[in-house]
Amino acid sequence: MLGFIFKRLLATIPVLGMVALFVFFMLRMTPGDPAAVLAGDNGTPQQIEEIREQLGLNQSIPTQLVIWFGKLLQGDLGESFYFKKPVTQLILFRVEPTLALATVTLIITILIAVPLGVIAAYRHGSWIDRLVMGFSVLGFSVPVFVMGYLLIYIFAIELKLFPVQGYRSISDGFWPFLHRLFLPGATLSVIYIALIARITRASMLEVLDEEYIRTARSKGVKERVVLLSHALRNAAVPIVTVIGIGIALLIGGVVVTESVYNIPGLGRLTVDAVLGRDYPTIQAVILLFSFVYVIINLAVDLVYCLLDPRIRY
Amino acid sequence: MTDNTEILIDSAAAANASARSVSTRYLLIRNPSVIIGGVILLVMVLIALTAPWLGTTDPTFIDPTYRNKKPGAERIVMDDSDAETLWVYRMGTDSLGRDVYSRVIYGAQVSLLVGVTVAVLSVLIGLVIGLLAGYLHWVDRIVMRFMDGLMAIPGILLAIALVSLWGAGLMTVILAILIPEIPRVVRLVRSVVLSIREEPYVESAISVGTPLPMILVRHLLPNTIAPLIVQGTYVCASAILVEAILSFLGTGIPPETPTWGNIMAEGRMLFRIYPHNIFFPGIFLALTVLAVNMLGDGLRDTLDPRLAKRLRA
Repeated sequence: MLGFIFKRLLATIPVLGMVALFVFFMLRMTPGDPAAVLAGDNGTPQQIEEIREQLGLNQSIPTQLVIWFGKLLQGDLGESFYFKKPVTQLILFRVEPTLALATVTLIITILIAVPLGVIAAYRHGSWIDRLVMGFSVLGFSVPVFVMGYLLIYIFAIELKLFPVQGYRSISDGFWPFLHRLFLPGATLSVIYIALIARITRASMLEVLDEEYIRTARSKGVKERVVLLSHALRNAAVPIVTVIGIGIALLIGGVVVTESVYNIPGLGRLTVDAVLGRDYPTIQAVILLFSFVYVIINLAVDLVYCLLDPRIRY
Repeated sequence: MTDNTEILIDSAAAANASARSVSTRYLLIRNPSVIIGGVILLVMVLIALTAPWLGTTDPTFIDPTYRNKKPGAERIVMDDSDAETLWVYRMGTDSLGRDVYSRVIYGAQVSLLVGVTVAVLSVLIGLVIGLLAGYLHWVDRIVMRFMDGLMAIPGILLAIALVSLWGAGLMTVILAILIPEIPRVVRLVRSVVLSIREEPYVESAISVGTPLPMILVRHLLPNTIAPLIVQGTYVCASAILVEAILSFLGTGIPPETPTWGNIMAEGRMLFRIYPHNIFFPGIFLALTVLAVNMLGDGLRDTLDPRLAKRLRA
C-alpha cells in the first residue's frame, strides 16, 4: 500500500513538470518580448528592463528554465504587475471563497446526484429514469452563466429568498456565509449533477445485474439494504473516478460562477488577471489549478483501496 | 427485403456490409434523439445562413436614442422615400441601442462556425497523432507524456490564458479552444488502435509485410471512425459553450461582433431591470448545445454500441 502511494506520487511528478514546462513556454512562445508582455501595456522601459533582469531573459532558454524552476520550487511565483503584490500572497487571500464554493457545490452534487442515479437505475425504463436522463442531457447543455442568471432571477429577484450577489467570509458567521453560497453552489452543481447522476445510474445498472444481487434478494434481504450496501458500494469506484475527473469541470465553472455572483475568489482573480493582462498571476493560477486537479485525482486513486479491498496495488 | 435477397446472391460479404449500413441508416432515422437534435440543429444552421433575410438590421448599428427598450418595443421609421414603416424590436435593444433580435440571429453564425471548426480540426489532428501514438511505441512515449500534461490543465483555463496571450479574435479563439480538446481525441484514437492492433487480421497484415501507412489507413483508421464521429459532436457542443464563456468573460471575440456570449456580457450590468438581454441569447445557446448533445447521444447509441452499453445499459 505504502509502496503504491509512493509510486503513484512519483508518477505525478512528470505530469506536473510538463504543466510547468508548458506554462513556461506559453509565455516564451508568444510573439514579441516576454518582458514587455509581462510588464503589460503600461510598462515603462525601466520596468521592462527590471523584469528582463529578474527573469534572466538575456540568458539562454535552458538557463531561464532552470531559474524559473528554481523559483517555482521555492514557492516564488513572481510579482503581480496589476495588483503590485507577490502572487503567492494574492492567491492566499483568494483561496477561502473558492474553497467554500467548491465544497458547497460538491455537497449539493453528491446529495442530489447519487440518489437520483440510484433511483433511475432501480426504476430502469420508468418515467423517473427518463426524467433523470433528460435532466442530465439538459444539465450538460445549459451554460453555467445562463443557469446562474436564471437562478438569480427566480430566487433572488422575484422570490427574494437569497441575496443577489456577494460573499461573506465564514468568520462573519455561518448563516450569512452559507446563505450567500447557496445559489452559486446550486448553479455550479447543475452540470456536475448531470455528470454524476448519469455515471451513478450506469454503474448501478451494471452491478444490479450481478448474481450476488439476485442471491441477496432471494435470501430475503431488504431492498433498501440490497441497493445501498450491496449494489451502491460495488458501484462506487466508477462514481468516485468521475467525481475526480469532474473537478476539471468544477474549476472551469468556478471561474464563471464567481464572475456571475461577484465572489472574490480564485476564479475572479483569473478573470481579472486575464483582463489586466497580468501574466505572472495567470501563470500562477494555471499552475495552482492544475496541481489541485492532479492531486485530487491522486487522492481518488487512493480512495479506491478504501472502497474496494480487492484492489491491491 | 427483396433488395437484400438480391445482394445475398451476389456475395455474402457484400450483403453483410450493405445490411449493416442499411440497418445503421434505419436505426439513425428511428432514433428520437437524432431526429430532435438534428432538426433543431438544422433550424439553427438555416438561421445562421439566412440571417440577413430574417427581418434583421445591421447587428452592430448603435442608436443612442433607442437604448434599453423592452422586447416588443415599436418605432416608426422613415425610409428613403419618406414612407413610414413600423419597426418592432422583437427582443428589445441593449444599452447601446442595438437591436438584440438581430444580434441573436447573427450570433448563430459565430457559435456554429466555432463549434464545427473546432470539432473538425480536433478530430483530424487527434486522429493523426493518435494513430501514430497507438501504433509506434516511441512516438507513444513522447506524445502521451505531453498529452498528460496538457490534460492536467483545466480546458477553459487554458483557453482563457491562450486568448489573453494571443489577443482576442475569431482565429485565436478557435485555436485556444482547439488545443485543450486535442488530447482527449488523441487518447480515444490511441485506445481504439491499441485494442485493434492485437486483432489477428492486423497481425497477419504485419506478418505479410504490409507497409505501415497501409496498415494505418486500411486497417486501423476505419475502426476509429464511429467513435470519432460521436466524440466530434461532443467536442462541437463543448466548443460552442467555451466560446460563449470566453465572450461572456470579456476575453473572447471582440465585443462589437454579435455572439451570444457578447450579448450576454453586455446585458450583465442591467440584468436586474432588463433580463431579456441575458435570456434570449441564453435560450438560443442552450438549445443549440442541447441539440448537438442529443445528436451525439443518438449517434453514440447507434454507431458505437459498446460505449452506449457502458453508459446506458
